Amino acid sequence: MNHEREHPISVHDVTVSYDGTAVLNNIGFCVKQGEIFVVMGGSGSGKSTLMKAMVGLLQPARGRVLYDGTSFWEADPDVRRRILRRIGVLYQRGALWSSMTLAENVALPLEEFTALRPGEIRDLVSFKLSLVGLSGVENSYPSEISGGMMKRAALARAIALDPEILFFDEPSAGLDPVSARLLDELILELRENLHTTIVVITHDLESIFSIADTSIFLDSADRTMIAWGNPRALLEQSEDPRVRRFLTRGRLSGAPEG
Amino acid sequence: MKKQMMDTENRPVMPGFASLSRLGADTLLVRLAGSWRMERSLPGAKDVLDRAGDLSGIRRAVFDSSEIVSWDSSLATFLATFFQECERRHIRAEPEGLPPGVQRLLQLAAAFGRRMDAKRPEPGGSFFALAGERSIDLSRSFLDLLEFIGSATLSLARLVRGRARFRLTELVHVLQQSGPNALPIIFLISALVGVILAFVGAVQLKMFEAQIYVANVVGIAMAREMGPMMTAIIMMGRTGAAFAAHLGTMETNEEIDAFRTWGIDPMEFLVLPRMVALVMMMPLLTVYADLIGILGGALVGVGMFDLSLPQYLDQTRAALTLTQFGIGLSKSIVFAMIIAISGCFYGMRCGRSASAVGEATTRSVVAGIVFIVVADGVFAVITNALWI
Repeated sequence: MNHEREHPISVHDVTVSYDGTAVLNNIGFCVKQGEIFVVMGGSGSGKSTLMKAMVGLLQPARGRVLYDGTSFWEADPDVRRRILRRIGVLYQRGALWSSMTLAENVALPLEEFTALRPGEIRDLVSFKLSLVGLSGVENSYPSEISGGMMKRAALARAIALDPEILFFDEPSAGLDPVSARLLDELILELRENLHTTIVVITHDLESIFSIADTSIFLDSADRTMIAWGNPRALLEQSEDPRVRRFLTRGRLSGAPEG
Repeated sequence: MKKQMMDTENRPVMPGFASLSRLGADTLLVRLAGSWRMERSLPGAKDVLDRAGDLSGIRRAVFDSSEIVSWDSSLATFLATFFQECERRHIRAEPEGLPPGVQRLLQLAAAFGRRMDAKRPEPGGSFFALAGERSIDLSRSFLDLLEFIGSATLSLARLVRGRARFRLTELVHVLQQSGPNALPIIFLISALVGVILAFVGAVQLKMFEAQIYVANVVGIAMAREMGPMMTAIIMMGRTGAAFAAHLGTMETNEEIDAFRTWGIDPMEFLVLPRMVALVMMMPLLTVYADLIGILGGALVGVGMFDLSLPQYLDQTRAALTLTQFGIGLSKSIVFAMIIAISGCFYGMRCGRSASAVGEATTRSVVAGIVFIVVADGVFAVITNALWI
């Protein structure tokens, strides 16, 4: 029981396949309460696929995803919905609902899942938008704002219901370095202040080293996870050349550069 | 007339060529000369080797590139094929005599070429294998469609029981889009269909001096067949395609995933309002189309066949029964479901690539129109069997 409280997410021996071809094999790890857990790996290594299997979008061919000890894919639909309500997801491109304003985007989960009155929802929406630095553009449509603002608005929506677990799919993708670092800082702030457990899917090394407590490394050739630990420790101690090559931006230490 | 290639001082430049000669018993010397540039057609590696005559005993090929005037990637392309041909003939090609830049390009291409090879999908296979795969795909998408219709029906049932989550603003938006905004185009098409029907009918009927019956032809044809059918085809091309494009874009942008990870059923949130809006709007649009079509017919009857307007309208009223209207209206409701399901189904199944939205839209319109015509045929059989 204690293990479950300390590890809100655990993934056991998960294999995911598309059309009968396994794209991820035998993935297993646990995420500690309140930590920032990074899933890293090159393009095509199955990072986003793993996230889909964890947030209820893609059923694994084998294995279990446990939230506080409850197996998500074996649970009945009501239990699944309850689990999903404790999760917030920030998608790679924001995935804001394009026919709604930013305020409506953030308000929708509140309208759907709480008994709050419209005035209270309005206040909460402005508060969440101000947390991500977007006061004043509540009534803009997603198509009217920049990529960075879109990501921040999507983050405001993801934290609308104060989720216990937040997933970020490639948060720095498509952002300039400054906006990407701002988002990293925001992730750290969220963990600090809301005690949220955070899972980040990324290949951005700067992000990995600045925010990750723990990480796993997925290898695109073997289609499985080949390392688990703090990224700095992995950089210093891992003997696997694939992990070292990734963490050193493709330059194996000792190997000639260029 | 072929344009002669010139150098910077306007002197003709020899196009690239390769000549082969033996250099000892087992060695082939490949001399490359001239300008190897893409502007001119260049020799093919296979032809060069074929024309070299007897290559028996040759085990290695060496290169002399000292007479090359200039080169671009066409030389590298020629050499890449040349190396492959050599390999096929068990000749070892030694690139040392080539310009260093070309050597590096060849190394690069070989490295990436090998990596890509690993991922190349299996070739299609025989006709029967392809036909089999296609059939499996078809049956799978048919099952998907059935599943989609099933869950749409379930969410409709939840709506009737008052348990479906439903955004009123979405419904109003779709109502506006599919209703009032469609009136001008439906006006134009229905009026023209009425005019055409009247012309075809009246010309024939005039031979029997029975042109007054053109009112019957236009009235019954519009109310039973052309009104609902033309409205459905317009709405499929207009609204059904818009549904597919909108939902397809949402799928591409992961917006539908975002609904799912909130535990919100996209069926209730996105498909249901569209279905309800069309089921509400289509009968109204059909009645509108019927009336405009009848007026179009009257225009021809009155204007060209010496009938008076009251006479024409009286004849129409006598010919049209509520049953005729009823058949047209029931068709319009079925067509509304077909349009909504076809548009939403292909939109929600849209892939994630840039071209996927276009493909989804096209498929939805084609499938929708086919299903509309098939459903119309089924209606014809049923009404015929029931003598109505």
